[in-house]
Amino acid sequence: MSSRERVLGRVRRALADVRPDERPYEEAVGRDYLREHGRRSTEETVELLAQNLADYRAIVHRSTAGEMADLVMRLLAERGSQEVLVPPGLPPQWLAAADPVRIHDRAESTPQRLDQVGSVVTGCAVAIAETGTIVLDGSPDQGRRRISLVPDHHICVVRVPDQVVSSVPQALDRLDPTRPLTWISGPSATSDIELDRVEGVHGPRTLEVILLSA
Amino acid sequence: MSGTFVGMPAFAAFPEAAREAVGNRTLRGNLRHATHTIRAKRARAVAEVSDWAELREAGRRIKDHTLHHLDRYLEQLEESVTRAGGTVHWAADAAEANRIVADLVTATGESEVVKVKSMATQEIGLNEALEAAGIRAYETDLAELIVQLGKDRPSHILVPAIHRNRGEIRDIFAKEMGEWGRPAPDGLTDTPAELAEAARLHLREKFLRAKVGISGANFMVAETGTLVVVESEGNGRMCLTLPETLISVVGLEKVVPTWRDLEVFLQTLPRSATAERMNPYTSMWTGTTGEDGPRTFHLVLLDNGRTDTLADQVGRQALRCIRCSACLNVCPVYERAGGHAYGSVYPGPIGAILSPQLRGTASEIDASLPYASSLCGACYDVCPVAIDIPEVLVHLRERVVEGGPAVRAGNRVLLKPAKGHAAERAAMRAARWALAHPGALRTGQRLASRTRRLHPRTLPGPGRAWSGTRDLPPVPAEPFRDWWQRTHGTDNGEGAAK
Repeated sequence: MSSRERVLGRVRRALADVRPDERPYEEAVGRDYLREHGRRSTEETVELLAQNLADYRAIVHRSTAGEMADLVMRLLAERGSQEVLVPPGLPPQWLAAADPVRIHDRAESTPQRLDQVGSVVTGCAVAIAETGTIVLDGSPDQGRRRISLVPDHHICVVRVPDQVVSSVPQALDRLDPTRPLTWISGPSATSDIELDRVEGVHGPRTLEVILLSA
Repeated sequence: MSGTFVGMPAFAAFPEAAREAVGNRTLRGNLRHATHTIRAKRARAVAEVSDWAELREAGRRIKDHTLHHLDRYLEQLEESVTRAGGTVHWAADAAEANRIVADLVTATGESEVVKVKSMATQEIGLNEALEAAGIRAYETDLAELIVQLGKDRPSHILVPAIHRNRGEIRDIFAKEMGEWGRPAPDGLTDTPAELAEAARLHLREKFLRAKVGISGANFMVAETGTLVVVESEGNGRMCLTLPETLISVVGLEKVVPTWRDLEVFLQTLPRSATAERMNPYTSMWTGTTGEDGPRTFHLVLLDNGRTDTLADQVGRQALRCIRCSACLNVCPVYERAGGHAYGSVYPGPIGAILSPQLRGTASEIDASLPYASSLCGACYDVCPVAIDIPEVLVHLRERVVEGGPAVRAGNRVLLKPAKGHAAERAAMRAARWALAHPGALRTGQRLASRTRRLHPRTLPGPGRAWSGTRDLPPVPAEPFRDWWQRTHGTDNGEGAAK
């Protein structure tokens, strides 16, 4: 007998006392919790996102399309990054004024090579106001998971208000589970030493979020 | 009786282990600081969501429903993962899981792996098994690194090095890092930021060259085949995305039916665990994705005592656990005794009900764990999936004392009463007899009252241990029923019992 059959057989025998419940799953579970917490205008939702991002030590900037290139240039210059990782579908005008050399993540680029790059700029799939979370799904303006992980400085652009939702349930509605998803709430952090929070262990130590309004 | 491997050598029963731990002032100080800090933070994080009770109830129902149809959801999960390009393996016990993983690693030609912190792989002793197969496993979570370098054992589910303070951590890094790779920088101080930086430098070289990653998972979605890992440092993201091969070892109770179910647990887990609105990083992957991340993905579904636990109608609720560790942080017993005293990778209240079910109650430590509690119920109050831990503790105490039917390794067995509980059993039998014979009870009570001045302050024989730490209740000058009859007449109190 294979282990698969052995384990499934044990499960079935263990459940011999359970009366069959033929109700559909959604009915059996019931969902009495809220879809979002509190009523907010679109503007207030964006403001809450900004607050919660900042509360977990992300640096928040606001920008319009016209100011983007100058803002990105300034942020990269402040970091002194010589090179910037760029996903294939990033709008080129965002980096139009930036000096650093644009590096593309190719199949042959080793992790060691990416580790030499100072900064990365990506878009995002959705941002969650109540938790201060941005979610990346590997779309062309975000690139592979590793590019937002290895460099020490991540600039993430959120288009407001279109990409902002209030809550976790609303975010899951918008996301496609077949894509690889990375949820990011603030920079890398640990509380393993006496529960003192320290930013920056293995992931980017600095997360800057640009809220880009149309 | 059971061959279930526990990841640890044989341990003294809880009372002995706890006595030693309670005498360690540094340990007690470290634990008190940590548990009190996180307790207060968690209460604030939970108070932020007005529908906490509803989320908790939904979490309980989702998990119960899944457990009640576990065979169906496991088969669906297998199909979904396979469709998404992964390979599913089934492991009935620790030895089988370890063998599967070691064979998979060996087949890649690699002799080292990077690991995300995982309770399941701790439980089965995977690192030791890999070492025996000539494979070196590097723990990459900061706390797990501290534990691994210190040749120590984890003492908390979420913060495995909670029992260490910054000075101890500095000493471990300075002394041991060079043995495993990049040494700690000269002049390393004990500030948490510097210690974290030392870990970053030490581990980065391992991440960047790793070809095989090993993880657990917090959730597996049956409908889509999606796996979820919740973490803070980014070491999880490194292990899950940089290597060419990813092997995830996951307890089969971690499955949830639908994608939508994650909306409940992604709200309750971070707030209960680290007291945050959301943990810094959550990774979700469904099989393999072309150029992004590992090309090969293996999922090892682990039983190792879980189906035995499922067979127990009272105890199966322990399988709802999402390993948030909130119950550890509120437990007065854990706070004083520390995690090591539980002799299991699952310490605290959840460990006291999970370990004796996964491993059986045959060993001394497992038979003692259901007693490692004051039954105060704080663990039940904070549990985000409403596991009634006190109920299961009492149920397991009964099993230890009385024996009875249980399932071990898939087989129905009849457990014998555990040794060392004869006095307790005899006392309970005597009490049952006396309460069923009112005349004898009355005579005994009167006799006790009249001789009260002669009673010893401590119990003799097997009762000595009990009265050594407790005051014996004073016997009243007059039994209650006599008092009632004297003050309220004849036909109410004693009359009815005659």
